[in-house]
Amino acid sequence: MDFNKKYTPQTWPDHPEQVTLEGKNKFLGFWLFLGGETVLFASLFATYLALKNKGPSGMEFSTDTLFELPLVFIMTMILLTSSLTSVYAMYHMKNHNFRGMQTWLAITVLLGFAFLGLEIYEFNHYVHLGFTYGQSAFSSSFFTLVGTHGLHVVIGLGWIILLMLRNAKRGFSLYNAPKYYTASLYWHFIDVVWVFIFTVVYLMGVVG
Amino acid sequence: MSHDAQVYVRSQTEFEYIKQKRRKDMRNQITTFGIMIFLTLISFTAVAADFSVYLIVPVILLLAAIQVVLQLYYFMHMSEKNHQVVAFFLYSAVMLAFTFILTFLTIIWWG
Repeated sequence: MDFNKKYTPQTWPDHPEQVTLEGKNKFLGFWLFLGGETVLFASLFATYLALKNKGPSGMEFSTDTLFELPLVFIMTMILLTSSLTSVYAMYHMKNHNFRGMQTWLAITVLLGFAFLGLEIYEFNHYVHLGFTYGQSAFSSSFFTLVGTHGLHVVIGLGWIILLMLRNAKRGFSLYNAPKYYTASLYWHFIDVVWVFIFTVVYLMGVVG
Repeated sequence: MSHDAQVYVRSQTEFEYIKQKRRKDMRNQITTFGIMIFLTLISFTAVAADFSVYLIVPVILLLAAIQVVLQLYYFMHMSEKNHQVVAFFLYSAVMLAFTFILTFLTIIWWG
């Protein structure tokens, strides 16, 4: 089929991401990948829970003294809001409103950068306290878990920015609709993982 | 590769109907978002209020699970049709996830 075919809001299909065979394959393949990501993060969570607060004798770092909830709360709200803004972007994609979608994706990207900035600030703060990656089993498992999530944020931001730039002048087609759809799924998945991070690492860390 | 995607032109009535339906769906998404914010607030205030650990931990884990289900089924559209295989992938992964966590914790506690 002709990927460059132009649609109008009247002719744009209900599920543009799943009209072509390529789109269907992307959709299924991407969810299979998200299953794999779930397993990856499960192993990191399991490692963190097993090594939490474990380290050399006399270690002065523990979850209940290290973590600060206000910062985590702001990060949580930013990431949760960015999840809603990408829902808005997909709403505009369904309505064949390209400019609307690009605008909401741009807001999503800005919120993503705000989240990332706060995470870098947080890690930098810990390192200055002496809580470095190699300081203890606890610090290694903490930075690996939260850092892998941060890496996903970086990848998600790069992905969405590249999509926006590459398709800026193209408008919608059945070729790029599945690409936008999977990118938004990825961004939601980042928020899914963060829900467990703020609960298991930070909140359960503060209560001890 | 499928070569013949049918182009279907909606009538004005159909078009108005589907636009209205999408708007309604979007309103539901905003409600979902409101619930998620509310659950997050409860979790953080429960911890800040310093209740017993044995009360807080199960409650915040339950709230996190509810929030993730909302995220998966509404924001990621798993509640829509055509997601059976997706659910199979995801639930297989969740089973592995629980096995990992159980295994690692028992190694540490009983090892």
